[in-house]
Amino acid sequence: MGYNLDNKIKDTNKNNKNILPYGDTMNDGKVQLSFTLPVKNDEKGYQAALKTAQNMTLENVMIADSITLEEEFTMYIAYGTLTNGVNYDDIHVEEAVKHTLSKDEIEEKIKLHFDKPIVVVGASTGTDAHTVGIDAIMNMKGFAGHYGLERYKGIDTYNLGSQVENEDLVQFAKDKNADVLLISQTVTQKDVHIKNLIHLIELLEAEQMRKDFLVIIGGARITGSLAKELGFDAGFGPKKFAEDVATFFVEELINQKSIKNQ
Amino acid sequence: MSKLGLSQDKINQARQEAKIVADHTQAFIDKHTTDSVERTIVRLLGVDGINEFDIPIPNLVVDFLKHHHDPSIGIAQMLAYYIKKHNTTLDDIVAKITKETLPPQTIEPLSKEEVKKQLFPYYEKQMKAIVAQRATRDKFKQMHKLDRPMLYVIVATGNIYEDVTQAKAAAKQGADVIAVIRTTGQSLLDYVPYGPTTEGFGGTYATQENFRIMRKALDEVSIQEQRYIHLVNYASGLCMPEIAAMGAIERLDMMLNDSLYGILFRDINMERTFIDQYFSRVISAYASITINTGEDNYLTTSDALQEAHTVLASQFINEQFALRAKMPPHLMGLGHAFEIDPTIEDGFLYEYAQALMAREIFPEAPLKYMPPTKHMTGDIFKGYAQNTLFNIITSTTNQSIHLLGMLTEAVHTPFMSDRYLAIENAKMINQTMKHFGDEITFKKDGKIQSRAQNVLHDAHKLIKDINKDGLFDSLSKGVFAGIKRTKDGGKGRLGVYQKDPSYANPIIDDMLDSLKEVN
Repeated sequence: MGYNLDNKIKDTNKNNKNILPYGDTMNDGKVQLSFTLPVKNDEKGYQAALKTAQNMTLENVMIADSITLEEEFTMYIAYGTLTNGVNYDDIHVEEAVKHTLSKDEIEEKIKLHFDKPIVVVGASTGTDAHTVGIDAIMNMKGFAGHYGLERYKGIDTYNLGSQVENEDLVQFAKDKNADVLLISQTVTQKDVHIKNLIHLIELLEAEQMRKDFLVIIGGARITGSLAKELGFDAGFGPKKFAEDVATFFVEELINQKSIKNQ
Repeated sequence: MSKLGLSQDKINQARQEAKIVADHTQAFIDKHTTDSVERTIVRLLGVDGINEFDIPIPNLVVDFLKHHHDPSIGIAQMLAYYIKKHNTTLDDIVAKITKETLPPQTIEPLSKEEVKKQLFPYYEKQMKAIVAQRATRDKFKQMHKLDRPMLYVIVATGNIYEDVTQAKAAAKQGADVIAVIRTTGQSLLDYVPYGPTTEGFGGTYATQENFRIMRKALDEVSIQEQRYIHLVNYASGLCMPEIAAMGAIERLDMMLNDSLYGILFRDINMERTFIDQYFSRVISAYASITINTGEDNYLTTSDALQEAHTVLASQFINEQFALRAKMPPHLMGLGHAFEIDPTIEDGFLYEYAQALMAREIFPEAPLKYMPPTKHMTGDIFKGYAQNTLFNIITSTTNQSIHLLGMLTEAVHTPFMSDRYLAIENAKMINQTMKHFGDEITFKKDGKIQSRAQNVLHDAHKLIKDINKDGLFDSLSKGVFAGIKRTKDGGKGRLGVYQKDPSYANPIIDDMLDSLKEVN
């Protein structure tokens, strides 16, 4: 099994109009992947794996290993080359927050603009049993050196934990006169999180409460674009911390206030 | 001789303090019963099934007691009374209750001997079935004796038949233990669903029929592989003892069973669940089912470095609760976890200290060691390395129940290949580091020894504090996982009753009589 240097690479200059995966040479287009097919680990299975990779528009496919998981299940480790790149310049990203403020700056802003604490209610909703995400943003300790919202002056937090029904969350938020709802979706199965998130928005709209709160989602599989598409105010994916979330809702609440005051 | 330089005196003192904690709680438990305990008695009398609205018959029977009588006398007293009064059978009384044709009467309580006499013919059958299952398990286990940690994996498809496919594949790849994760929210149902189920979220309903289907499938694989495949489910939540009874009858081998977990993480009322836990542990002890406790969960919300002593303190308390239920130490799968932030200097050393400490303090317990979850990021390559470190500690400190870490933790429920990779990693470590643990000793008062000694010291202090306030009040102060729960709060509180002097539960009496005194 030799390493397959593709002699088709002509231009090794980086081209933002055609960005390709990088193996060890610019524009080599190399990708690695693994997948399992429900077939026997034999020559026929090997051909099926090659074709599977080719279906993904990979060229020069190499099946580095084939591993029997069970009689009729084989896992393949494959390498291949992509030639169709993406136009990087054409990509526009929905960023909820352009410049994240520090905890001190956020606290200062709250002091300046609000005469009572901002009420934040958070929960991991629906079937999701994980609290890691919501805890990372809300708990005193926070995550990876970023303190959670609970520690912020001027923010009152309620972390309802996991497997909270949308109905209960909305009722609680109403009772506490919340300004912000934080919804976490950590691990999901068969896209159940999407259905659950749509249900929340529908519920808020049905109760005519959608405008009463800023509704923000977060989680490993969440992006800003997905959040907007589903009707949320913002979405935060991996590597976002309490500061990012707080910067967004503090600035947004200030905006809303100034609109009202006009 | 302790490799960690742990003081046996200190261990004894901590154990003694935990004993007092458990004794105080047990005094409360002994005076009370719950809806679920009473439904368990009905189930162990052999009553099963549902009515046309899918309501389980055991619920209907206990509801009859609650609506027409004083629930403090207990369901055994009521059923024995009607059987005797009508000079009929249990089946006849239950059928009449189900059809709403039994006229309620004023119950003149029977003597406890008379209650037992009336009901023994019915529950004897289930007791015998449980003993027979115990013997079957013993026979299966003789096929192959394990000299390494049991490899434990999870299936969670929501569909029992799909679970069977995944479980069989995992068992053939080398898993020794299959846990069928329950559907979300089942712990909060105040009844046990009925029949085979194919719709669940993040897991599959625990029903007696689902238990039976999976047990049958795993028995087939056990014979093929000449190695017993253990089945796990959850005797937890609001139906804790009922599920323990169902598991005993269907030969489950392990049950997650921990009131403290339910109180903290599922907001179940503490009075309710301690009472439920007692009966469930007696049943599990009688059925030789290993319990798994949930201390690992504390470290998912609290910091593993700062709060390690809470895990040990809880293990001491859980051990004492198990002893009150006459459960022998070899069935106490006390839990802990590998959850220290991997970026912390010497984190591995502290994990090693904690795991070996648990092994030394609970030498006979089949310790259940849980893999990293909190610091898994979606970087599957890093995750695989973290799991390897975890596997090294599991193997070389001789943990018993090895819950395998999945490289895709924090991404999705495992692919078939994820499980395969996890099993292969564990097998490799078990092989290449087989006697590593026997070969090494630790520097006197070095980082590892000091860490273990400090954790033990802090745990002892915490249990002493818990004793001062009592367990219920301590929980309301948030001693475990930083979560506060009040005595009157939580789900299921309405199903708790003080027992009348005439209260009878001949089944628990008989089970306790047959269990040897263990403490």
